[in-house]
Amino acid sequence: MKRLLLICVLLCVMPLAHAIDPLIFGSDAEEKRFNSLAAELRCLVCQNESLADSSAPLAQDLRRQVKDLMDSGKSNAEIKSYLTDRYGEFVLYQPPFNARTAVLWITPFFVLALGMALSLRALRARRELAANDPDTDLLVARLRLEKENEI
Amino acid sequence: MWRLLLPLMLFFGLAVLLFQGLGKDPKVVPSVLIDRPAPAFNLPVLNADGEMLSRESLLGKPYLLNVWASWCVACRVEHPVVTDVARSGLIAVYGLNYKDDPSDANRWLKQFGNPYAAIAQDLSGDVAIDFGVYGSPETFLIDAKGIIRHKVIGPMTADIVEAEIKPILAAMSAES
Repeated sequence: MKRLLLICVLLCVMPLAHAIDPLIFGSDAEEKRFNSLAAELRCLVCQNESLADSSAPLAQDLRRQVKDLMDSGKSNAEIKSYLTDRYGEFVLYQPPFNARTAVLWITPFFVLALGMALSLRALRARRELAANDPDTDLLVARLRLEKENEI
Repeated sequence: MWRLLLPLMLFFGLAVLLFQGLGKDPKVVPSVLIDRPAPAFNLPVLNADGEMLSRESLLGKPYLLNVWASWCVACRVEHPVVTDVARSGLIAVYGLNYKDDPSDANRWLKQFGNPYAAIAQDLSGDVAIDFGVYGSPETFLIDAKGIIRHKVIGPMTADIVEAEIKPILAAMSAES
């Protein structure tokens, strides 16, 4: 029984051993920096996974490259430009703000402002209509009467 | 009138935009290296002891650089087309054997035939990363000055040769 349990536990742990290729980091800070960087980069093979999550062979190679660049003292910006030079801005999950991506960044805020302006206008128009309508008082009176009659 | 037309126009505008997106293949990431110099490489040639293939040694004539591997299933699909292009003398075809075991590569070549003028071995896959390769097969059209002029992502087809490769070759010979 004990043996069976041990086998089960080991079987559960087994996939973990193969999940991520071993990269050896000098410090916790370095590992943290690597992980946050890899999470911002897209795996090109399985496009909805980040470089950190993907187990595709290319992702493994690119993780190794990122680690090598980190070890050679490159900054995060330099590492990102290394990748965008080869694969384009598509590898960045957060595209930079520039002339080509301006529409992408601005449109949501523009649509939000437009929606707010339109609904504000509609609200104001309705309030004005209610204030100027002489029938409103009559309508309220009638509704009240009807309710009372129901009871 | 405008109250009715404007939302309708917005709707159709959006519909056209989204419909166009449907026809696009999200797996195809356009290369940023088009019209830029091919990255430098210097790799051992398969089955030629000690011989090297580099960007510089290939300058002077346009060529196709076909990224392939024996483990790549789609490479078998495009193999007859690559062979046809190489045999027709349209353009020289070089191979980049991507992360492959030389003995596997040789077995594959024996089985399907070897259309390549020479095959560079990229055992680590680092040169492929420099080329922005994210899957095989991929094929680069590189001109006599070493500039990447076009990239075919995925298996090459006879249609792609006619519609993409040949017009660029014609434009290139008109330039010189």
